[in-house]
Amino acid sequence: MREFKGRVIAGGCVSAEALVSHGGLNTLASFQKALQFGDKNATCGDQNNPDLYGKQMAGKALCLPMTIGSTTGGLVLYCACAMKRQPACMLFSKPIDSLAAAGSVLADVWLDDVTMPVIDSLGDEFLDYVKDGMTVTVKENGIVCVD
Amino acid sequence: MILTNEQQAILDGSKGEVLAKVMKTMVRYGEAFGAEKLVPVTSDYNHLVTSFGLKMMTPVFDLMQQLIDAGAVSSQKFSVDPRPLDKDVPANFLQNFIFNNFMYSKQESYEKQLEKLGLKDDKAFTCTCYMDEVGNTPKMGDVLSWAESSAVVYANSVLGARCNRNSGIIDIMGSVVGYVPYFGLLTDEGRKASWIVEIKTTKKPEAQLLGSAIGMKVMEAVPYVKGLDKWLGTELDDGVRTYLKDFGAATASNGAVGLYHIENLTPEAVQLGDGLICENAQVYVIDDAELERVYKSYPVIWKNINAQPKLCFMGCPHMSLQQLKDWTDKVESGLKAAGNAKVVIPTVFTAAPNVLEEFEKTEYAARLKATGVITSYICPLMYMNNPLCGKMPVITSSNKLRTYTTARYYTDDEILMQITKGGNK
Repeated sequence: MREFKGRVIAGGCVSAEALVSHGGLNTLASFQKALQFGDKNATCGDQNNPDLYGKQMAGKALCLPMTIGSTTGGLVLYCACAMKRQPACMLFSKPIDSLAAAGSVLADVWLDDVTMPVIDSLGDEFLDYVKDGMTVTVKENGIVCVD
Repeated sequence: MILTNEQQAILDGSKGEVLAKVMKTMVRYGEAFGAEKLVPVTSDYNHLVTSFGLKMMTPVFDLMQQLIDAGAVSSQKFSVDPRPLDKDVPANFLQNFIFNNFMYSKQESYEKQLEKLGLKDDKAFTCTCYMDEVGNTPKMGDVLSWAESSAVVYANSVLGARCNRNSGIIDIMGSVVGYVPYFGLLTDEGRKASWIVEIKTTKKPEAQLLGSAIGMKVMEAVPYVKGLDKWLGTELDDGVRTYLKDFGAATASNGAVGLYHIENLTPEAVQLGDGLICENAQVYVIDDAELERVYKSYPVIWKNINAQPKLCFMGCPHMSLQQLKDWTDKVESGLKAAGNAKVVIPTVFTAAPNVLEEFEKTEYAARLKATGVITSYICPLMYMNNPLCGKMPVITSSNKLRTYTTARYYTDDEILMQITKGGNK
């Protein structure tokens, strides 16, 4: 087991199975189809992301460097949370980008019944270490354990 | 973050619970980037990215309604990205069924919300709101609360305004509360370049290809481009502004660039020159071979890569008036050379409603119509997001459209050849 320390963007504790993207998550391309056509598993629809394409994102510990793509990204993430199809948590190796920050803050402030811990700045080593299927536990104060 | 008395009072609920939550959102958003204060939004108009009544965005429409019901609307009017539908753009029965019943079924009700929230006018639907004909053109130094990546990068780079790459919803919330957090591209430090890009091509680089190469290399960093003035000159005239529009959109969509500087051309580069470059900036040299390498790296995700194109889109971001005129000449010449009367692939040129209105007043409009090219105000991206449209072989010279959809990229010359003469590259 290894422990990593990041910065808390949205608080909360959770344990979930890891889903890892080594490239940036294109939020719109990844979630649009699932949200539009009622896929509760939030199957990733981004054909340009070989790590995630076709995999279930809902309920997973999504480990990634950053999000990329359209500036609708934040509101798409907000919609995923409102529709209960969000990842269990989002864990960024890099400092958070403006679109992901917007989505996580909007969900945290405006949705009372949704918790999606978001931690950033976990470092490149985190993304090198964590693999699909590993168990990831988010604790208080930005501590992330990977087992 | 240190707030003024007025800001703190809003956060504490002096203007109601909803506005307090709007303020809390902006404060939390800023804190994620270490912002120490909020600064006033100073532009005449705002610009929003969310123009489409996508059914999946019902939670956003619910949130907008909360703002409207609480009277938490801005005194600042706004333009917004293009509408997603236009009956003049070719679509079959099934595609239209999905557009109207599954995808954009909320369009009418959402547009009513936009009116209540402060839509500038019913023609203010475009991603190129900064065009003279549209009239949402910020001044140098203006602080904006915009979203739409191609508009943000243009406003920052070509106009010298100051705006972060905000997400949808944040765009309107900054305007409603009147303040945005001071970080990133709002600060002098955040506008410095950590990359130097040296252009060493033997001809004027294709705008969309050059922007793509730079975006993919520098990602979210600020590039300072040297050697491009050799091809563009030092005046920000119509042609150069159009070039930078397309170049910037590609940097923003193929990477996450929010600001670029072009030596001897863009306003801050003219004012400050090399003073804008960070110490130890990395260097990226672009020559003909590098552009060719980037072009060849694009995946083609058509099921049949040899399929005959069924549609061509030009205008992502929306075309300028000058661009429409230039392409009218090009299409006419191409058809004449090929011995054809009309384009051989259904072709749509998209532009802002105000730009199309001006275009219609010129003699070019009838000439373009005679070639068979359709003009429209829609967002090609929103069209391509229909799964049935996404399965069609569509071609484009937009690197943004290529990035977000299944559309296949070709250079302008290749597009011209395909639509006037036919056949694959």
